[in-house]
Amino acid sequence: MSELNPILAGLADAHPNVSFETPHGQLVARVPREEWLVFAAACGDAGFEVCVDVTAVDWMRQRRERFEVVANLLSMQHRLRLRIITTAPRVDPRVDSLVPVWPGANFAEREVYDMFGIVFDNHPDLTRILMPDDWEGHPLRKDFGVGGVPVQFKMSHQVN
Amino acid sequence: MATTPPGNLLMTTVERAANWARTRSMFPATFGLACCAIEMMATGAAHYDLARFGMEVFRASPRQADLMIVAGRVSQKMAPVLRQVYDQMPDPKWVISMGACASSGGMFNNYALVQGVDQIVPVDIYVPGCPPGPQSLMHGILTLHDKIMSREIVN
Amino acid sequence: MTEERTKEAAETVDIWVAGTEEPQFSPTEEGTQEIGTEESEARLDEQFGRVVDDDYIFDDEVDEDERMIVNMGPQHPSTHGVLRLQIELEGEIIRRTKPIIGYLHTGMEKTAEQLTFGQGPTNVTRMDYLAPLHGELAFSLAVETLLGVEVPERAAAIRVLMTELNRVSSHLVALATNGMDIGALSMMIYGFRERESILAFFEKTTGLRMNHNYIRPGGVAADLPPGWKDDVGAILVDLPERLAEYDDLLKDNPIWLARTKDVGVISDHECIAYGITGPPLRASGVQWDLRKAFPYSGIDRYEFDVPVGETGDVYDRYRVRVEEIHESLKIVEQVMDSMPLGDYRIDDRKVTPPPRARIDESMEALIHHFKLFTEGFKVPAGETYAAVESPRGELGCYLVSDGEARPYRMHTRAPSFANLQALPIAMADSLMADTVATIASMDPVMGDVDR
Repeated sequence: MSELNPILAGLADAHPNVSFETPHGQLVARVPREEWLVFAAACGDAGFEVCVDVTAVDWMRQRRERFEVVANLLSMQHRLRLRIITTAPRVDPRVDSLVPVWPGANFAEREVYDMFGIVFDNHPDLTRILMPDDWEGHPLRKDFGVGGVPVQFKMSHQVN
Repeated sequence: MATTPPGNLLMTTVERAANWARTRSMFPATFGLACCAIEMMATGAAHYDLARFGMEVFRASPRQADLMIVAGRVSQKMAPVLRQVYDQMPDPKWVISMGACASSGGMFNNYALVQGVDQIVPVDIYVPGCPPGPQSLMHGILTLHDKIMSREIVN
Repeated sequence: MTEERTKEAAETVDIWVAGTEEPQFSPTEEGTQEIGTEESEARLDEQFGRVVDDDYIFDDEVDEDERMIVNMGPQHPSTHGVLRLQIELEGEIIRRTKPIIGYLHTGMEKTAEQLTFGQGPTNVTRMDYLAPLHGELAFSLAVETLLGVEVPERAAAIRVLMTELNRVSSHLVALATNGMDIGALSMMIYGFRERESILAFFEKTTGLRMNHNYIRPGGVAADLPPGWKDDVGAILVDLPERLAEYDDLLKDNPIWLARTKDVGVISDHECIAYGITGPPLRASGVQWDLRKAFPYSGIDRYEFDVPVGETGDVYDRYRVRVEEIHESLKIVEQVMDSMPLGDYRIDDRKVTPPPRARIDESMEALIHHFKLFTEGFKVPAGETYAAVESPRGELGCYLVSDGEARPYRMHTRAPSFANLQALPIAMADSLMADTVATIASMDPVMGDVDR
């Protein structure tokens, strides 16, 4: 903790429920879901002006909470990157939207909704963005199959 | 044609003349989707010139085009658009499926792509490659020309 | 005597004597037109279009019924791929825009979970298909971070060489399509002609003109071919001359300036709020380049500048791209002069395959080759994010591994995806004809947007 930047030390003091770690030299903060928007706004005030990306990981049965929502933040003035991660449960996954803090998270959150089914509260326009509007299912979930067709090669027996 | 006719006179069949006219100035419709579109543009550019076949004018409106080169991967959302553009083209029309993704789904055997554009439109020529170089595409176009020249105009 | 008579004749008779200098008659004032007076000049101004009565454009008393929703795309001649724009028009002014994407969604992130880490670059390279080497580099850097290895110096230098040449070729396509969309049709031919020399070098080195699968975790796939310095040297000599010609064509061209100056303006605050990176960000005045801020692959060893614009309009983005081509050529020259000797990939046989010749000699090499190309190498569990400066902005790869030979989750942060969010901002309250110029200047690659 002592090598942490003074900015992050300030954030860590203000939000005791957030745990910081530094895997592979990168800064990661694990945030409980209730504090997601508050902590993100605090990061925005602390100098992380850019939200580079919002994405999600489906841990299926490997973790207690099924989904992880990951936001990559960038501070141009301090030349720092920070990754903030929160979790969402299997049933009715809902997370606060980061659009009030960074408008650039708009499309990224729509993509997470489309691909994983995680609902973002207070998002201005939460609709499918990559799949057709009437598509059923969320493709990047681990229980959604790849959806490929069996490939038949010449001289091979017919695949049923 | 035992004797050569006098002067500047050329004799042929209507079929050959019609087929000759059809091949010598086919207008492709712009249907460049992904990486193959860049190679299609490179084929139309100066180095590998499509203008020598009369084809450098890519018509934006399908009503004025007679060749649709499906260049790139066709996703589920794009499939109805592809069919609509094909339907809007007037007869006679031909389709070249350029690249592995258009011919068969390519390396993306998954939920998002139509596994081969021949599931939606009838294809005349398949050009393999990922992406096929301009020479491959031109070989495909010239094969299409041969195919048309050898065809009957009355089906 | 005769002199008197001829003198008299010269004074009284007004005729033009052939062979003399000027006619010796005075013209009458009948039927003359007045030119150069103020009234006629004003009429000329109107005729020539120098004075436009534009009270019909910005009439605020237009009611809501006058708005019309127009659909542009997904198949349209502007060659930026399958982008669909739903535009709400009020007369000729655009009030609202909604970009609708997803027409090129390929499910690459799902496919990445089925491919091994060694096959990953074949997938990532097809996302941003105009800068494929940058995608491969981001993926390879992420994998190498998780593996905890560092590539040899020569591999890093080769990566810099190839990615900077890729930046040049991608910006040439941007110039070509930019020019073609605005009307300078010959730019399309010129841009693709210059690209051919670079693509020929890529074909010689990597085997393919596009989508190379060359930068792999552990280094690069093969060493540079013999005689590469001649090829690259030829590119370095030809391109600056041709670029000077294109500057003559476009840079001070009044039509180009009228179409691109103060068109599609995005301010720097809007850029930062929307996460826009790359040439649009730099054209708005923010000096931010990942090659300087978070250097990767040894690029901080080379000297180059980062061009920055002022107003953030289409013209500034065009100038930033042209200047970036020059800077990239500078980097390529420095790499060429200082290419270190050594291995082009790391020596760890668990990660990189052995040379093909060794397979005939050593059983171990055969087993390594077999395992690497069927099962793939296992990467320790963890997650990481690696970003590179692609010609479109920050191209990042978020990679999660659970200890297996295939990624558990691979997500690419696509620069065009974020840059497209600025389109409604840049196009608001502008004319319909400026739409195409704005889209062309943001340079979206739909493969990157939809993945």
